[in-house]
Amino acid sequence: MSARRTIKVDTMARVEGEGAFQVRFAGKRVSQVRLKIFEPPRFFEAFLRGRDFEEVPDIVARICGICPIAYQMSAVHALEQILAVQIDPAVRELRRLIYCGEWIESHALHVYLLHAPDFLGYPDGLAMARDHAEEVQKGLELKKIGNQLVALLGGREIHPISVCVGGFYRVPSRAELEPMLEPLRRARQLAIDTVEWVSTFRAPFFEQDYEFVALAHPHEYPFNEGRLVSNRGLDIAVGDYEQHFVEQQVAHSTALHSRLRARGSYLVGPLARYNLNFDRLPRSVQELARAHRLEPPIRNPFLSIAVRALELVFACEEALRIVERYHPPAQPRVQAKPRAGVGHGCSEAPRGSLYHRYEIDDAGLIVSARIVPPTSQNQKRIEEDLRELAEMLVDESAEELTLRCEQAIRNYDPCISCSTHFLKVTVERT
Amino acid sequence: MKSKTQAKPRLAVFKFASCDGCQLSLLDAEDELLALAGAVEIAYFPEASSRMLKGPYDIGLVEGSITTHHDAERIQQVRRQCRVLVTIGACATAGGIQALRNWQDVGEMARVVYATPSYLSTVKLSTPIAEHVPVDFELRGCPINKAQLLELLCALLAGRKPSIPTHSVCMECKRRGTVCVMVARGLPCLGPATQAGCGALCPAYARGCYGCFGPMETPNTASLSERYRSLGRASPDIVRAFRGFNAWAWQFRQASEEAEHP
Repeated sequence: MSARRTIKVDTMARVEGEGAFQVRFAGKRVSQVRLKIFEPPRFFEAFLRGRDFEEVPDIVARICGICPIAYQMSAVHALEQILAVQIDPAVRELRRLIYCGEWIESHALHVYLLHAPDFLGYPDGLAMARDHAEEVQKGLELKKIGNQLVALLGGREIHPISVCVGGFYRVPSRAELEPMLEPLRRARQLAIDTVEWVSTFRAPFFEQDYEFVALAHPHEYPFNEGRLVSNRGLDIAVGDYEQHFVEQQVAHSTALHSRLRARGSYLVGPLARYNLNFDRLPRSVQELARAHRLEPPIRNPFLSIAVRALELVFACEEALRIVERYHPPAQPRVQAKPRAGVGHGCSEAPRGSLYHRYEIDDAGLIVSARIVPPTSQNQKRIEEDLRELAEMLVDESAEELTLRCEQAIRNYDPCISCSTHFLKVTVERT
Repeated sequence: MKSKTQAKPRLAVFKFASCDGCQLSLLDAEDELLALAGAVEIAYFPEASSRMLKGPYDIGLVEGSITTHHDAERIQQVRRQCRVLVTIGACATAGGIQALRNWQDVGEMARVVYATPSYLSTVKLSTPIAEHVPVDFELRGCPINKAQLLELLCALLAGRKPSIPTHSVCMECKRRGTVCVMVARGLPCLGPATQAGCGALCPAYARGCYGCFGPMETPNTASLSERYRSLGRASPDIVRAFRGFNAWAWQFRQASEEAEHP
């Protein structure tokens, strides 16, 4: 093997959006790693200016077709902070419920159709279905139930139309929600089966010393509320986000790189949420995790697929809890009167913490907007994983090395469409 | 549609500037996905598969709008590789929400989001695919309706015309039995000027239509604008209403510009 080589993938598959990577070697050392994001920029923060605050949940949903609820949730909480809106407790529960639906459809999509093929050696979920028909069928069924839940509350799966500042345009009656009980019980069993299935996958030994960042709430596994915490002492209110995190533009990416001012790269997403909030999972999920030797902390990103599966079980349990106890709010929404101010919102998208900040004027028009998606927060850390992994696997064939690097990127379930305001893989040996 | 070799028709999915939601509709067809994978060869679909086969393709689905010089060249190659080229969704069909840049200074917008805008390669306008290459069918929606997508694919495979209505959302409200939110509650609603396809969702959720499926075949936008005024909406409200996810579709574009410069 020559001393110089490059491994590259120009079109990353099984990720949402357009990206590539490049790993350049000088001998056995990696000299450069680039996670390239060439998704064309769409300038959401710029064209939100001048729009009415009530339009924001509809517009920001369009940042991502896979996790529109996350964008809607971070936005409405930021705007409600400005407008001093107190939402009805039943609306709060419905927001957790619709988020459960999004986690179920998004995690099921990633586990079964995007990530599992890496572990079992297939180009895609459909090819995998020829040998693993039962599992893929289960995955699709699970995904469908998640989508049903989002569509029931939001009108449709992609870009739902019911979420608004103050609540929902329309909320379901008990009688409309109850038919979800049976599918959700089925989904819980499918999710448990998922944990068992992915626990049989072989993950390379690749423990990393991450700073995990996620929302943490005193009593709940986080969706919409909490403080931003880390395993290295970060513990801040969401409103203080900008004092602690900074975004940087790099030439090779249309997604901005985020870092902690004090310490650099960090990781958001299922691993972070799970490691920081394990004790707030239902006892049944904790026991399932222990039974599969998945106690936290989990520092191997190749085990993220198992953590996503555990979060699937959690989302089904939580959805069942909410549906069983549901009583509709007195009013679907609280009417908000415009007033000038600045607000911050952060919620846990399937891929990790999603931060929004808005400033609006007296008439309720957006003066400025800032959106920091999970994938741009993870970019720097993904590059560091690639560097570590490539050096560990330097003696492998280019093909094997490329496959492992792609898999390492998919550990993050990167959503490139989101992060552009965001992926392409090249490994180069020189 | 049969290729000359009688092999399964080859399907390709291409992405330009977009949110991935419309191609996700294909993966969201959970009940039909495996059957579809049996009926066509999914030859190129990077979001779903690492196996990327070279063209030519029998059916090309294109998501997203053209916003960079590179993409303007890439769509030409895509067109040459596809026997039938179908745009899916508001971005590919009308420029998408990112076409809001078309009324602003894109250089200034880049400076709002990026510290070093010179790293970006972006053009002034976000434009639909049909402004660059001939398109065989345009599927509307933000997002598309997956039943319409399946209908379109079935029609293409059978060699018949797809049954996709071009009437307004109002028709869907009537069929659904939804009381008109504009008449009964005085809510502004783009439904009268917007093509059906969503199932008249918004009015069923107690809000006005916001135009996801773009202009219906013969929209009377002037009359609808007047109606907005009589409901107490001022010009900037009307501009914003038409300037949404299908802002660059010519009928909506004309309506917003008339409201802006009466």
